[in-house]
Amino acid sequence: MSDNVDRAQKQVAAPQFGTATIAFAMVGLAVLLTLVQYAGALPEWLHRVPEALVPNFAGWLDAIFSFVKDDLGLLALTRFLTEGLEWLLDASANIFFGKRRWPNIGPIPWTALAAAVAVVGYYLGGWRLALMGGGTFIWTALIGQWKIAMQTLSVLAIAAPLAFVIGLSLGIAAWKYAWVDRAIKPILSVLQTLPFFTYLLPAVIFFKVGPTAGAVATTIYAIPPMILMTTLGLQKVSDEVVEAGKMSGCSKFQMLRYVYLPSARTEILVGVNQVIMLCLAMVVLTAFIGMPGLGAKLLAMMGSFKLGRSFEIGVTIVLLAVTLDRMSKAWVIKQPEHFERDTPFWKRHQMLLLGLVLFVFFTLLSWVMPIAGEIGRGQDFSQGKELDNLIKWFLNIDWVKATTGFLRAFLNVKVLIPFRNFMLSIPTPAFILLVAAFALALAGRKQAIYALVFFGFVALSGWWDRAIITLYSVTAAVALAALIGLPIAILAARSEAWAKRMLLICDTAQTFPSFIYLIPAIMLFGITDIAVIFSILVFAMVPLIRYTIEGLRTVPPEMTEAADMSGATSWQKLWNVQIPLALPTMAVGFNQAIMFAFFMVIIAAFIGTQDLGQELQRTLAGTDLGKNFVLGICVALMALTFDLTIMKWAADKKRAMGLT
Amino acid sequence: MPTDTPVISCKNVWKIFGKDPRGYLDSMQPGTSFDDMRAAGYIAGVKDVSIDVHRGEMLVIMGLSGSGKSTLVRCFSRLHDITGGTIDVEGQDIMSLPEKELIDLRRSKMGMVFQSFGLLPHRTVLENVAFPLEMRGQDRHTRRERALEVVKLVGLEGREEYFPRELSGGQQQRVGIARSLAIEPDIWFLDEPFSALDPLIRKEMQDEFLRLQQMLNKSIVFITHDFDEALRLADRIAIMKDGAVEQCDTPDRIVLNPATEYVRKFTEDIDKARVIHAGALATTDNKGEGAPVDAKATVHDMARMLVSDARDTIPVQRDGQIIGALARKAALDVLLGDDK
Repeated sequence: MSDNVDRAQKQVAAPQFGTATIAFAMVGLAVLLTLVQYAGALPEWLHRVPEALVPNFAGWLDAIFSFVKDDLGLLALTRFLTEGLEWLLDASANIFFGKRRWPNIGPIPWTALAAAVAVVGYYLGGWRLALMGGGTFIWTALIGQWKIAMQTLSVLAIAAPLAFVIGLSLGIAAWKYAWVDRAIKPILSVLQTLPFFTYLLPAVIFFKVGPTAGAVATTIYAIPPMILMTTLGLQKVSDEVVEAGKMSGCSKFQMLRYVYLPSARTEILVGVNQVIMLCLAMVVLTAFIGMPGLGAKLLAMMGSFKLGRSFEIGVTIVLLAVTLDRMSKAWVIKQPEHFERDTPFWKRHQMLLLGLVLFVFFTLLSWVMPIAGEIGRGQDFSQGKELDNLIKWFLNIDWVKATTGFLRAFLNVKVLIPFRNFMLSIPTPAFILLVAAFALALAGRKQAIYALVFFGFVALSGWWDRAIITLYSVTAAVALAALIGLPIAILAARSEAWAKRMLLICDTAQTFPSFIYLIPAIMLFGITDIAVIFSILVFAMVPLIRYTIEGLRTVPPEMTEAADMSGATSWQKLWNVQIPLALPTMAVGFNQAIMFAFFMVIIAAFIGTQDLGQELQRTLAGTDLGKNFVLGICVALMALTFDLTIMKWAADKKRAMGLT
Repeated sequence: MPTDTPVISCKNVWKIFGKDPRGYLDSMQPGTSFDDMRAAGYIAGVKDVSIDVHRGEMLVIMGLSGSGKSTLVRCFSRLHDITGGTIDVEGQDIMSLPEKELIDLRRSKMGMVFQSFGLLPHRTVLENVAFPLEMRGQDRHTRRERALEVVKLVGLEGREEYFPRELSGGQQQRVGIARSLAIEPDIWFLDEPFSALDPLIRKEMQDEFLRLQQMLNKSIVFITHDFDEALRLADRIAIMKDGAVEQCDTPDRIVLNPATEYVRKFTEDIDKARVIHAGALATTDNKGEGAPVDAKATVHDMARMLVSDARDTIPVQRDGQIIGALARKAALDVLLGDDK
């Protein structure tokens, strides 16, 4: 044991001596290069990679894609799959909102669906969930968004189960065969950092525009966490349960079916929760490739600056997200209850029966009373116009206008633009050196080499300036988020009750599809750079606050008590005990904030920015698959660099402090 | 009583953990110690063990944690594949059994109870107990009937529909025991079944276990780290250290003649008078005179008589037959704790 510990300590300690000097040297060189550039003495080819040297990645990728697509016949295969998927989507579209396709039984009356959801909510989590579930669907109907919401849900109802099945199968394969695991892991980490626009274009090319492509992109996007949770759950099944299964004479299939999968229930259901939430987030975003539904409507309303309606749709999306999240989480912790023997059938299944009875009742009712089946145009309670006026009135109040105006001007002129210009003024090699030095100092040689290679690729891709602008938005937003979020988190962590409240807010906010965060940003700042930064900032602040509170709250009580007994003031305790111990956890929060920011910056391109996101969005209009991929990979590589570095640092720190 | 045809017979069994255990075992010098192997990056879970389990006997394997006792019992049922040697179960070499026959063997002949119960959390008591029956494809009705029977046997009537998390530790282990008995196994493995329980419950479960054993009379391999428990239950005890069996004998003889210093340390604090039977002290070279004592009586049982009697040698009888005589002084030494 003891030499294990020694080795671990050496591993932690070893990089610090040699690498510190190298890191300093790299920073020095970078500063020197920059100064020479400012003096105007740096040759242009050292400032930016010359056009002529940029390899035609996009062209190569296009060639590869067309080879795979046409020569290998992938397109034929996917078009074939499209047929099947389309059939499924049509069926679900018929059931949810009455598209005229087989099985021609829909649409489900809104009252019947709301009642069914309420019963499911009651079964899973009592009255509160019943109210939430039923209430959400009633709101959706009354506000006049039933049809678009059902369009969204009908795709979700196909994409989520599909992602579940594929993720579960791959997860089992990865758990069973080490080589599958080795093959899947790197793909997963790239997939998780790849901006969603990159999923969209291939989906469109291979699976036609509209719901089918949307469903495919949604499914693919939601698969990775399901794989991870499945593998995790299966690995965690206790040895004794496995041995008990073997001693009971299970064959291999029986082991999996009766022992492993049921024992991994919790993790698999957590995976289901994540699949549902990611599907919802993505299905809203597929509006960009022409999928009808809540997302498309929101996009259109925001585009024409109809803030009232945007707000209402935003509320619907949020309600749906929170309902789906709460219900699937309640399912995770729902434990089976036993019935006394000889409990009659109706009592064992009373919830199922109640749901059926209500469903049938409301369906019949809707035949006599059409209003219970569908709320027509003009019958809804939408207050779009009034809200619009209200928001505009609010924004026009002098002091509000002055505040937002001041913020806009101050941040833009004094902070953001100078910062952006500064980042753009650094020569490419100097910038890469700085990033590598950062990775080296924090994590180690391996991460530094990754940083060099990854950013080297970004430089060679020919999109350096746009990449830097992306990076600038991310850094600026995360820095501002930290400036605001950290004090909030530290304050909240001081009391149990506030910490709980804050965590609940964060949990809820994290379930919102990212698109939602654009609404308040546009409301307050209009269509400007500040709105972009603001939406990223809010989005990134959530994990930052969450992990900081978690880190501070999980500091072992012996240590804070020891600090108290050593006579530390609360400031001293915070600085010398709590924050150092919470730092690794906080770093994970930082990392997630950066990942979220990369994600959001691409979506915010919708508002109109000059970064990679906007270029990416442009490629969606055409068939520029190669360029789309190059751009997507640029974003993924930058995000991965930070991910690898920070996570390694956090793991090292945790191990060094013996917190694992 | 134990008969002489072994149910499980293992010869020179090795179980080595590490990168290439088989290659390492083949190239290993004789006399390599546990620590030498460890330095080479290998752990000897089981080290050259030869031991038999006789029909109807209760063999207790005793050792501290890490001594390899759990590993050995897992080799018996081939939950672990052994690295060297042979294990015969009911005359079949289990290492040469194909997967299907191994599963059949477990389905028909073996039952096992685990330290932390190993219950399936999503199944009710009844479903857990019926699990092995379900796996071998018995129909719903018969397996339910049999499961109810075993649940009753372990005293859990009325809790059939409970889920494991709704039961106490002792009750959960009763479910584990019921499950292992559902298929009416010939060989019963118990891996520290009572270690996770409170002392009071443990005593109660041991009594319960002895009751079941008297009723069912199975061949049992029982693992424990508790020497008292071993003495209380065992027909024979095998004491393990660093993967090897230090001594395997009846409780009396282990207490009387510890083979190694390691074993002696365990016996030190034991009240030997309550363990050693007259039969173990009897020698055949002398017949003695007067009224005989029963071979099954412990020294403690005979204490009053030993102190007041005047004979030097006292005859010992088993099943009405005189089998020898014991030296009164030797018995008194045991009683008074005088180690020579």
